[in-house]
Amino acid sequence: MIAALRCLILRDLRLAARRSSDVLTVLLFFVIVVSLFPLGVGPDPKLLRTVAPGVLWVAALLASMLALGRVFAADHADGTLEQMMLGATPLGVIVAAKVLAHWLITGLPLVLISPVLALQFDFSQDLLGVLILSLALGTPILSLIGAIGAALTLGLRGAGALLSLLVLPLYVPVLIIGAGAADAAASGLGGTAQLLLLGAMLIVAGVFAPWAAAAALRISVE
Amino acid sequence: MQTPLEAIDLRCVRGERTLFEGLSFTLEGGDLLRIGGPNGSGKTSLLRIACGLLEPESGEVRWGGESILRLKEEFWVRLLYIGHANALKDDMSAVENLGVASTLAGIVADGRQVAEALVRLGLAGRENLPVRVLSQGQRRRAALARLALGAAVPLWVLDEPFTALDAKAVENVQELMRGHVSRGGAVLYTTHHEADIGAAGSRRIDLAGG
Repeated sequence: MIAALRCLILRDLRLAARRSSDVLTVLLFFVIVVSLFPLGVGPDPKLLRTVAPGVLWVAALLASMLALGRVFAADHADGTLEQMMLGATPLGVIVAAKVLAHWLITGLPLVLISPVLALQFDFSQDLLGVLILSLALGTPILSLIGAIGAALTLGLRGAGALLSLLVLPLYVPVLIIGAGAADAAASGLGGTAQLLLLGAMLIVAGVFAPWAAAAALRISVE
Repeated sequence: MQTPLEAIDLRCVRGERTLFEGLSFTLEGGDLLRIGGPNGSGKTSLLRIACGLLEPESGEVRWGGESILRLKEEFWVRLLYIGHANALKDDMSAVENLGVASTLAGIVADGRQVAEALVRLGLAGRENLPVRVLSQGQRRRAALARLALGAAVPLWVLDEPFTALDAKAVENVQELMRGHVSRGGAVLYTTHHEADIGAAGSRRIDLAGG
């Protein structure tokens, strides 16, 4: 099972490396959205500092949604998904591997580049840690929840719009808590509570979402 | 070598149409069962039901007396399914594709065995090219190379294995199927290719189509 897991993650990373434009699109989208805000809002440092966590979080959420459609689509189209369903490894484990790979490809780069982007908002260096940590905990939750939606809408026409409608309500709590972490830290309350909540959500999503997505895939492929 | 696959009173409905009903068959080690019938008669649906990808409207498929939908992975490690789609990644080479496919199927194969399997299907010298540049027939060969690694898997389910293959490759694949049946494996397949594989235990079920 571990061999299958590793093999699948490596395969997805290799495929992403050979088709890097898909990955860059998401990252570029994130960078552009975040960079447009200081230009649009104006150069008031106080205001920028206040909106920074929210802007980074909203942009990360949208970027992650942009990439969702591709989690299973390619494997579905070329028949690999059927093989995964008939494999020796439980489908839930396979979905977990795919989501992890998907996060490494589309989520982790966002987390890594966000400190640089936060500079545009004159974001306090002391609070940067909290913001990055909240994104590092939050973006995998987005990928996990999104995988359920992607599995449910697999193979449908106009799946993109439906997918957004499906996952958005589930994304909102993550956004509120995630952006709230840096806000709370800025106001001197400390963001520990929010970070712990995010951690708990990540664990719950990590345990249940792959199986829910696996069940949804079985229905979609029928 | 194994416990048999039993299909009991299967009924398949796609959309409004009943494709077949009351279909029962048993497949034991050494059997080579061909599903015939015109386009749209439900051959692929039947194979997908036999694999557990599709749930029948009524009836049940059993492996060793137990429903395959309950056995799940326990049944799927004993199954090698090659569908219409080749399940190949365009950006990876045939070797990489076959390596991933065998790992997913739970087949342990080292690099040498993978390379040999591809040579056996006539892909010598093209193993390391991205699948994107291969022709349709060569892709099909790369997909079918899994058969050469799947000797220990008791049940093969092949959906139109001979599509796009040339005469030489068809002979190769038939030889693999013959070998599997003579080892005591079972093969369930569909084809429009009228050729006698020439194995003892060959049978045929024709779906009427409706």
